Amino acid sequence: MSRRPLATGSEWTFELIEAYDRELARLAAGHGLDTYPSQIEIISAEQMMDAYASVGMPVGYHHWSFGKRFLDVERRYKRGQMGLAYEIVINSDPCIAYLMEENSMMMQILVLAHAAYGHNSFFKNNYLFRQWTAADAIIDYLVFAKNYIARCEQKYGVEAVEEILDACHALMNHGVDRYKRPQRLSLRREQQRQRERAAHIQSQINELWRTLPQRPGERETDDEDRYPAEPQENLLYFVEKNAPLLEPWEREIVRIVRKLAQYFYPQRQTQVMNEGWATFWHYTLVNELYDEGLIGDGYMLEFLTSHTNVIAQPPYHAPHYHGINPYALGFAIFRDLKRICEAPDDEDRHWFPEIAGSDWHQTLDFAMRNFKDESFIRQYLSPKVIRDLKLFSVIDDDRERHLEIGAIHNEAGYREVRRALAEQYELGAQEPNIQVVHMDRRGDRSLTLRHQQYHRRPLEENDARRVLHHLARLWGFPVRLEVVDENGNVESLYDGSPP
Amino acid sequence: MTRIVDKRKNGKNRSAVNRRRFLQRYKQQIKRAVADAVSQRSITDIEQGERINIPTRDISEPTFRHGRGGRREIVHPGNEEFLPGDKIPRPKGGGAGGSGSGKASKDGEGVDEFAFELSKEEFMEFFFEDLELPNLVKRKLTAIKSPKSVRAGFTTDGSPNNINVIRSLRSALGRRIALGAPYRKRLREAQERLEALKRHPDPAPESIRELEDEIRRLRIKINAIPFLDPVDLRYNHRITVPQPSTQAVMFCLMDVSGSMDQLKKEIAKRFFILLYLFLTRNYERIDIVFLRHHTIAKEVDEHDFFYSRETGGTVVSSVLELMRDIVAERYDPEEWNIYAAQASDGDNWHDDSPRCRELLLQDILPKVQYFAYVEITPEHHQSLWYEYQEVAAACAHFAMQRIDGPGDIYPVFRELFKKQEQT
Repeated sequence: MSRRPLATGSEWTFELIEAYDRELARLAAGHGLDTYPSQIEIISAEQMMDAYASVGMPVGYHHWSFGKRFLDVERRYKRGQMGLAYEIVINSDPCIAYLMEENSMMMQILVLAHAAYGHNSFFKNNYLFRQWTAADAIIDYLVFAKNYIARCEQKYGVEAVEEILDACHALMNHGVDRYKRPQRLSLRREQQRQRERAAHIQSQINELWRTLPQRPGERETDDEDRYPAEPQENLLYFVEKNAPLLEPWEREIVRIVRKLAQYFYPQRQTQVMNEGWATFWHYTLVNELYDEGLIGDGYMLEFLTSHTNVIAQPPYHAPHYHGINPYALGFAIFRDLKRICEAPDDEDRHWFPEIAGSDWHQTLDFAMRNFKDESFIRQYLSPKVIRDLKLFSVIDDDRERHLEIGAIHNEAGYREVRRALAEQYELGAQEPNIQVVHMDRRGDRSLTLRHQQYHRRPLEENDARRVLHHLARLWGFPVRLEVVDENGNVESLYDGSPP
Repeated sequence: MTRIVDKRKNGKNRSAVNRRRFLQRYKQQIKRAVADAVSQRSITDIEQGERINIPTRDISEPTFRHGRGGRREIVHPGNEEFLPGDKIPRPKGGGAGGSGSGKASKDGEGVDEFAFELSKEEFMEFFFEDLELPNLVKRKLTAIKSPKSVRAGFTTDGSPNNINVIRSLRSALGRRIALGAPYRKRLREAQERLEALKRHPDPAPESIRELEDEIRRLRIKINAIPFLDPVDLRYNHRITVPQPSTQAVMFCLMDVSGSMDQLKKEIAKRFFILLYLFLTRNYERIDIVFLRHHTIAKEVDEHDFFYSRETGGTVVSSVLELMRDIVAERYDPEEWNIYAAQASDGDNWHDDSPRCRELLLQDILPKVQYFAYVEITPEHHQSLWYEYQEVAAACAHFAMQRIDGPGDIYPVFRELFKKQEQT
């Protein structure tokens, strides 16, 4: 069928955006994309810079680090060193997408397809997001957090609050319960509980730190002496619940930062998938618009230019090489999945017997819902994608004089490359594994952390010291860090007292 | 379901608070950077915003992260020549096989300066922080010559031309409502009773007449309340308050004798510009008087002051006399804050120096807020310096400093105008 394009000029209007959105919604529904309602917000470049600075939070509390980010973005943008993203999407219900007013009509269509249908459906359906974030409550919670912190600033002074926030931000990446499912957020419940919780926690802590002499006959076993009984990976949670000297409002701020860390946690683990999925869908949907004649050749050329830029993957030796482009990798995998479903060859039948020739909608939907970057790559990176991107692995061992090529894109190397790439996206490879192992209740009340080394990788020591300094500030008593190497040898790295 | 919202009209400065917090937090570093920036560039464009660099390590936010070392395997795209097992030399600098420079900044390499732009106002604020104009306070107290009339609410008496119509009518209205209220209440009641009587199947004509009479009487009473009464009148109240003078004059005195070469003049110029910028922050209006001299002094315009050259001997007292005369003629010290900055290489005709001291002590210093003398010379001091030292010992608002080269200008300026401890 051939229809007249809805628009051909580069200027966008609200009516046109609406018209195209209707068409995109129809096409997306045809593919069975399940999305939150979207809220498209047209903003200016300045507002986009604001959004950048607040790491995409639509409502943010005040902190100097956001100001620093803003200054950086502003300078680079004004000097033309960087373009602003065409869009930012917020994982919320309704899903908020920011569109820049500078975008041309074609770009608005691309961004709409990418954000309001691609990212949106990912947010709604991927298991990590379903499990870790409460899209319907996040905006309310952010409002609560902002107001609470503003009230604390008024009451206790900006500097006191800033000190706590600095410390919390330093520990933010280690403020996530990785294996427990978090509670859902709700503004009213949050406010309602906040007061009683503060009182309750305070009493709990006093109990924990009770120094009353023991009654005779009440002997403590070694087991009780060890607290926590199991190592705790969520440092902020541990601090919030156990730090002896924190004021109730300081605890609440720790909690706020912890909750935000949790909200951002899935995003860090699904970058390749999320961007790949959104790119796959903007590519698919816009192509269908073109097939139906709803956009003309001019738009299509502009689209292809932008799309090609987005998925460009410079080779390792290019001057502007910045590692693997998550858009390129994610897009390549999803597209190849579709190909395997539709037109499998012998290699595919050998590597992916279950999905070769299956219904591509179902297969992609399954892949989108149930994986994160690491497992997604482990499961679906096909030999063809490895060949197309010419992937190879380099082993860098500080005990060797030379770097060694581990595997390349050949028959013998596919599995090896796939394993190496998947491990690269494993959280353990990206962030040091640090847990609380001991809290000295009877002695100096010190806190002991343990860093379990991963492939002998050391901590960046300067930073580690500074983080521990922050932690000591929250804890109020000395904080120790031990490093455990692969052979189980323990070595003490740092021994710090609170300021 | 999609909703499209136009948010462009919403405020764009959401980050303003955060930005200010950042500047506040790193004040020390920024001040240092501002000072560096000033010493490095021409001072004429100092009034623009400035790009500021501060070391990244000062402002980085620490996290637990991996440092270099250990074993890592990294996948890269775009293989062309490598086979498994190939050994390649470690590239210099990069930790992991030329691994993405995206990682480089994370590893603390590559980016070691954090750069951002300060607006003009912010720049000037940092630039002149901790500086103050000497004797500003004292002069404010003594220079209450020009009183200013300001509003101070309303009074109940005054001259007719000060009547405030709105206020007067408002109180008249209130008075009329208050005085008329009892009558109006009775009037309302009478009217209701009249209505009731009239509706009665058997109306009593006398009662009706009585009521109508009362209504008429009440109406007359209500109408008799005066529309405007003398007690209603309100007058604008004005009082005069002493007003510290907000105008200043700056005298730039410069030696243009043969010994002052272009470099020295350039230094003097920068110093004068700094002073000018600093004064503009404190005063609404500033006059500048350029006086230059060799053996005789002359008032000139800015261009001549800085660029035309004359040679000859040096008689510093000539310029001091000229300044004294101009002050007497045009700048009444009661109305003007007078600042003077003198730049010279200190090379004066020997017998003239004592005369300069006398002129300063007797004629000039009593009238000015501050007199700063900078001697631009890398050499030994000459007679003028020693005479001026005596002046400095005698007067607190006379200051002198020596400038060796362009790098000294800003420190010397700070030294001259630093905040004085309140004693």
